[in-house]
Amino acid sequence: MSRLGNDRGADDVAPGFLDAADHSVREGIRGYLIGFALSVGLTIASFYVVGTHLIWPPAIPVALIVLAVAQIGVHLVFFLHLTTAPDNTNNILALAFGVLIMALVIGGSFWIMNHLNHNMMPAAQMMHMHR
Amino acid sequence: MSTSQVIQPTGERDPYKLGHGSERGAHGDVVAHVEATGHGEGGPASKRVIVGYGFWIFLLSDIVMFSSFFAAHSVLQTATAGGPSGRELFDPSRIGIETACLLASSFTCGLSAVATEARSQLWTQLSLLVTGLLGLAFLVLEVLDFTAMVGHGAGPQRSAFLSSFFAVVGCHGLHVTAGLLWLGTMMAQVFVKGFRANIMRRLLCFNLFWHTLDIIWVALFTIVYLMGVTR
Repeated sequence: MSRLGNDRGADDVAPGFLDAADHSVREGIRGYLIGFALSVGLTIASFYVVGTHLIWPPAIPVALIVLAVAQIGVHLVFFLHLTTAPDNTNNILALAFGVLIMALVIGGSFWIMNHLNHNMMPAAQMMHMHR
Repeated sequence: MSTSQVIQPTGERDPYKLGHGSERGAHGDVVAHVEATGHGEGGPASKRVIVGYGFWIFLLSDIVMFSSFFAAHSVLQTATAGGPSGRELFDPSRIGIETACLLASSFTCGLSAVATEARSQLWTQLSLLVTGLLGLAFLVLEVLDFTAMVGHGAGPQRSAFLSSFFAVVGCHGLHVTAGLLWLGTMMAQVFVKGFRANIMRRLLCFNLFWHTLDIIWVALFTIVYLMGVTR
């Protein structure tokens, strides 16, 4: 049952594809199990980081972002099957473009709004700064 | 199925899949046809690849839309207007349960893809059903959270922070609702029409959609909830 008349290599498939030649049911389930275990571990780490005193408090947001990016990577690889296969070149390029737009939207918003907040600071606070 | 159609993954085979198209045996005769992948002599990509690519672009546009909601929320996170802040409103253990539901549903959704590949009606339906129930549990918990917040006077009209909170979390909740409707439709279609090529493509798109919702939830519980609690 591992072969379904499709003669593609197991790593030559686009996201979500499982119909490759060398993809048996056991291998498919194993892939999802690895992804699930990794993301459960990263989720638990995220929730643990918030409650712990082990990490210097100002560094907690950075730790959370690192864990979230790692988990998103795990999801992309193990659940969405984003690989470096030739089939996937277009998908990877589209993802790279999406990440670029997201960086512009989020980074740009932060940049502009921080300057705006600085310029629109209430008078009392501004006087406090000049003192 | 005869074994002659099967390529054995040996070292002789082009390891980097540079030469697409037909595989040739020792005597230069075509021993097997590798499915075209849209590169060189491989010819145009198969419909599944194109459908997956198109849906992936839609999902990325959806993620870009979410990123603007995230940007708005991050900018407004301190704009509580004297109202309750994230630290007073969010309960990490409740968010943990919601996260567990969605993550488990993403896993069972993946199992449904394996069952679909194996053309198993029973296991496909079963894993899709579990996916749907876990998604429904997530949605119920979220709606209970929302009604409790609104009941305590922390509705979207209370402050800019809460407006942006309900916008980004509510938008994700709407996506999960749409996903559940789609999931029910797919269960019915698989049951009635079986594993036809077009149904398989729809299942592929649904899988991509559901996993993407989980990716967005990862960003959501990190940025909105956990960072809101530490702030």
